[in-house]
Parts: sequence; structure tokens; C-alpha cells
Amino acid sequence: MEKEHRHEPVSYGTYTGIWLALVVLTIITVSVSGLNLGMFTMLVALAIAATKASLVANIFMHLKFDKIHFKIMFGVSIMTLLFMFIVFFDIAYR
Amino acid sequence: MSQVVHVHRDAEGAKTGMWLFLFTEVLLFGALFLVYAVYRYTYLDDFHRAAMELNTLFGTINTLILLTSSLTMAMSITALQKQNKRLSQWLLAITILFAIAFMVNKYFEWGAKIDHGIYPGSQHLLEMPNGEILFFGLYYFMTGLHGLHIIIGIVAIAITMAMIHRDKITYDYVTILENVGLYWHIVDIIWIFLFPLFYLIK
Repeated sequence: MEKEHRHEPVSYGTYTGIWLALVVLTIITVSVSGLNLGMFTMLVALAIAATKASLVANIFMHLKFDKIHFKIMFGVSIMTLLFMFIVFFDIAYR
Repeated sequence: MSQVVHVHRDAEGAKTGMWLFLFTEVLLFGALFLVYAVYRYTYLDDFHRAAMELNTLFGTINTLILLTSSLTMAMSITALQKQNKRLSQWLLAITILFAIAFMVNKYFEWGAKIDHGIYPGSQHLLEMPNGEILFFGLYYFMTGLHGLHIIIGIVAIAITMAMIHRDKITYDYVTILENVGLYWHIVDIIWIFLFPLFYLIK
């Protein structure tokens, strides 16, 4: 029978490290939300959320270890979403 | 072995299909985030007042619960690949327990809001300014849709556990477990964005 071409199992240690990073980022985003950063509040919160999401996607979802075409597919999803958000500027600058 | 059974296996095809489905999930929630952005921009003050009503502690605890459930889900794949079937099943069981804890938390959070008369269509809510009505409408719809995904995830993980138990998913072909994992992680990613937008940014 044909073999699956796949990466080695990701170690428990790697997963635990990523989980720790995610918890630390959560604590940071909660603490920072108490400060008044004006217009940067939204920017900082979204930047931290995007960092957390990329950790989950790359390690937990194996995008970093899988073949490149999965990464491209996810990239296309995110790009499509960003294009949709261009609509927002129509509202903001109307 | 008296009989050779040919089983059609295409790990990459199956995974590609899963990612296509995740694409539709990203667009589904993405469109809702766009609606949120537009209304937040239009009703800045109302959104600010309404967000004050939400309990940051509930949101933070649920974030930590979901992140940890993602960890146990990811680990269960490694465990099965290392031929540790029992550990893999235990990790999936723990993932389900975290998912249930998330929903119990959500029950109390929504319960408190409903006790205060804030729920879609309530007299108290309808007397609020337009922006606050929109904020709570989006809050109930988006966290509700996300909660529905958690419930579907619980069922999917339970089915996966049963399949591992019956050796329908084994260490040399973990794709179904991996795909359920992909679904669980995208639900986690959606929450990673819901959390700051509703509970943190005032």
C-alpha cells in the first residue's frame, strides 16, 4: 500500500511552548486593555490577536510543517477577507 | 490474510477539502466582523457604553479554556501518531470537557445578561439607543454562532473518539483526527478575535 507522505509528529514540548506563548499573549492583551491608548487600543488588540492566530495556524494546525499548498489556501482565504474589508473604507470616507 | 481489502486513502485530498471548508468558515465570520466594524464606526459612543456591560472575566476564562483545549487536541494527534491510543483518547476526552466548561461558562454569562433584561427583542433593550441594540444583537449572534460551532465540535470529537476506539482511525492514517483538529483550531482562532472585540475594547 502506498505510504502517506507526512511530517514527523510534532513534539509535546513544542505544543506546550506554543500554548504558554498564547497564555502570555492573552494576559498581555487583557492587562493592556486597562490602559487608555486612544486610537491605538484597537490596533494593539488586533495585532496581539493576529499574532495568536498565526501561532495556532502555524503550529497547532501544522501549516508550518505541511506542504506549501495548504499555506497558500489559507493565505487566499485571508486575502479574500482583506479585500472584503475594503468595503469598510467606503463607509469611513463617504 | 486471506483477503486483501483495498482502502482508498488520500490524506492530502481530504485535508485540502477540509481547508476549503475552513475557507467558507473564515468568510462567514469575516463578513460578521465587517458588519461589526461598520457599526462600531457609525455608533462609536453606543458601542463604548454597551461594551462596558460585558464581563471581561468571563471572556478571559473562556479564552484560556479554549486555548488549552486546542493544546490537548493537538497533542492527541501526536499521541496517536506515536501509537499511544489510550493517551490520544484521554486527550480528546479532556478536550470535550474543556468544550463543555466553555459552554457552561457561556450559559452563566448569557444568563446574567438575560436577568438584566438584555436579550434580543426585550423591552429593556429596545429602549436603548440604536448602537447599543446593534452591539448586543451582534454579541448574541456572533457568540451564539460560535457556541453552535463548539457544540458541533463536541459531537465531532466524540465521533472521532469512537472511531479511534474501533480502530477506524489508526496511527498510520490520522487524517480524520487531523481534520477534526483543524476544525477545532479554526473555532479557537475565531474566538481569539471575538474576545478582544467584544470583551476588551471599550
